[in-house]
Amino acid sequence: MVITAANILAEAGGITAGMAAADAKAIVPDLQVIDEIPGQADKLLNALGEWCIRYSPLIAVDLPGGLLLDVSGCAHLWGGERGYLNEIVTRLISKGYDVRGAMADTVGTAWAVARFGRTKPIIEPGKQVNALLPLPPAALRLEAVILERLQKLGFYTIKSFIGIGRTALRRRFGQELLLRLDQALGNEEEPIQLLQPVEPYTERLPCLEPIRTATGIEIAVKTLLKKLCLRLQGEGMGVRTAILKGYRVDGHLIQAAIGTNRATHQVSHLFKLFELKIPTLEPALGIELFTLEAPKVEEVEPEQEVLWSPEGCGLEDLSLAELLDRLANKIGAGNIHRYLPQEHYWPERSIKPALSLKEKPATKWRTGRPRPSLLLSRPERIEVTALIPDYPPMLFIYKDKVHHVKKADGPERIEREWWLEQGEHRDYYQVEDENGQRYWLFRSGHYGGDHSKQWFIHGFFA
Amino acid sequence: MSDTKKDLISQLQKDILLWEGFTPPAAGKANGLGLGPLEAAFPNGVFPTGTIHELICPTPETAAATGGFTAGLLAALMQHGGACLWISTSRRLFPPSLVAFDVAPDRMIFIDVQREKDVLWVMEEALKCKGLAAVIGEVQDISFAQSRRLQLAVESSKVTGFLLRNDPRKLGTTTCVARWQITPLPSILEDELPGVGFPRWQVDLLRVRNGNPGSWQLEWTDGGFTPVTETAKVVTLPQRKAG
Repeated sequence: MVITAANILAEAGGITAGMAAADAKAIVPDLQVIDEIPGQADKLLNALGEWCIRYSPLIAVDLPGGLLLDVSGCAHLWGGERGYLNEIVTRLISKGYDVRGAMADTVGTAWAVARFGRTKPIIEPGKQVNALLPLPPAALRLEAVILERLQKLGFYTIKSFIGIGRTALRRRFGQELLLRLDQALGNEEEPIQLLQPVEPYTERLPCLEPIRTATGIEIAVKTLLKKLCLRLQGEGMGVRTAILKGYRVDGHLIQAAIGTNRATHQVSHLFKLFELKIPTLEPALGIELFTLEAPKVEEVEPEQEVLWSPEGCGLEDLSLAELLDRLANKIGAGNIHRYLPQEHYWPERSIKPALSLKEKPATKWRTGRPRPSLLLSRPERIEVTALIPDYPPMLFIYKDKVHHVKKADGPERIEREWWLEQGEHRDYYQVEDENGQRYWLFRSGHYGGDHSKQWFIHGFFA
Repeated sequence: MSDTKKDLISQLQKDILLWEGFTPPAAGKANGLGLGPLEAAFPNGVFPTGTIHELICPTPETAAATGGFTAGLLAALMQHGGACLWISTSRRLFPPSLVAFDVAPDRMIFIDVQREKDVLWVMEEALKCKGLAAVIGEVQDISFAQSRRLQLAVESSKVTGFLLRNDPRKLGTTTCVARWQITPLPSILEDELPGVGFPRWQVDLLRVRNGNPGSWQLEWTDGGFTPVTETAKVVTLPQRKAG
């Protein structure tokens, strides 16, 4: 374990980044070590960058640990450059961050001064050379190899080599040193990648007069959906969930939420889903502001005309997805099921609910043994007369009715899956009574003396 | 009755059928659902799709038989793609059993609702959806007005609907094109072999609009309906171990 960052207290104790954690603990015995979560620092920096948009619209994240702000034309709003920089730095320090800031004509100089500068942080226009001269070569954002070579040759500050001819520098240290120098001095343009925060998918509709009727709400929903869908369409996104909120005159908030099976940006379909919810909204004295949020959006899969469908599955049909959306919003998504085969012989476990419309069966449906058309959710106990072990019963009584078994198939033994649950195996028989009615019976466990307790009916065959 | 009058009447009957929406099938088209002689009972000799059929199944045994028979019809309806919706309040259909009738169980979507009223609402919504092959609803009671709503829905979408009625005491007038009753029959195995044979049913067409009601015996063999010609004789076999 290596220390990647230390706070001021730890640094005062002599702990620096790059040290082994065990060494650090030896130096400061009561040191608290916290594991670094990969990517968390970058995420935090991104969030800080988005927060900084209040100071300038053009922000770039400079990994690791830096933020670049293009402050052209912004500083006067905070009473000059000094006040501006002070404001940013003190605000960030008050949040508990260790911050250094600098302002200069070029990104390179600002970067150097912020990290290595010892005097004033604001470099006046055109004074980059003066600011850079006393700084070490590391301030030029150079690779470790070049830095090492400079160090070996005794160039401890930029001043010591800035006067050397360009050709000589290029020959010894490569093009990169010259490029970085030019960028710092402003002879070379340096592009920065700006941060573009994602705008939340929200639309607002303030009303001139409070809306009190269902028609009014419908118009509001339509207007909001049109605006939202126009934006989604442009970005190729679609709604998965949407929430309509109405702010009532009496201060109450009413809302309705919808969900879709597949991302969509069709106004008509989304409106149909909201239409089912409108009767649940109580406008009371009137609604003065509507907002429509889409907290969950996904990329819309482009529609493709099916030339031919080999198996003709039909589950991809758009109208089916829309129908299921409507049903799910009325009766609840938990009441819609589709089943896929599961690799279990145990009848209750041979199917599993599909998670989505697109999910394909992972295994084939089993066809080897007959399975009943109707399956009782719980096997029901029956009275039987079974004289010979491992033979189907001669007759059985189900719901006070005697059925004489005329034909039978079996037994098909299905073992209980011991790694899932404990219990007896089942011997299944397909039997037909004198009226031609076919049943699925089983005996739980081995044939025993007290066999009246172990026979069950589990299904009905077609 | 003279021949001219007979011709006139048969012509008029054909016209009435046409006005009621029964278009005669294109020449040379194979009969759709493979029901064999049973299809002659229907107007124009074609099993009417795009309408609603009513099947009566009062007991679990008949419900199982009806489930098998319906699955056989679905296999034909779903062969050109399309999913199927099964709506009920207390569902007992075991999806893996559909494989035996050439229906992929993963193309069947089950809607479980709490109230009878919702079955009809869901059914009406589903019948309006053109992307479906068939819709099956298990209902106890349906009024004439409710059945007319369903009929109006299928007239525009041409989806076939099946109503499974599990309470025979509440049978009223409906707009359904046919009323069926399927009861299981003893299966027959060749050469008195032991064991249970192919599913065999007594198919009663109790009512059919513009057709002739009748009674048939069908067997499901090798992925198709086979009419049973000889009368089913119940053979009592000595009980033997099989399988």
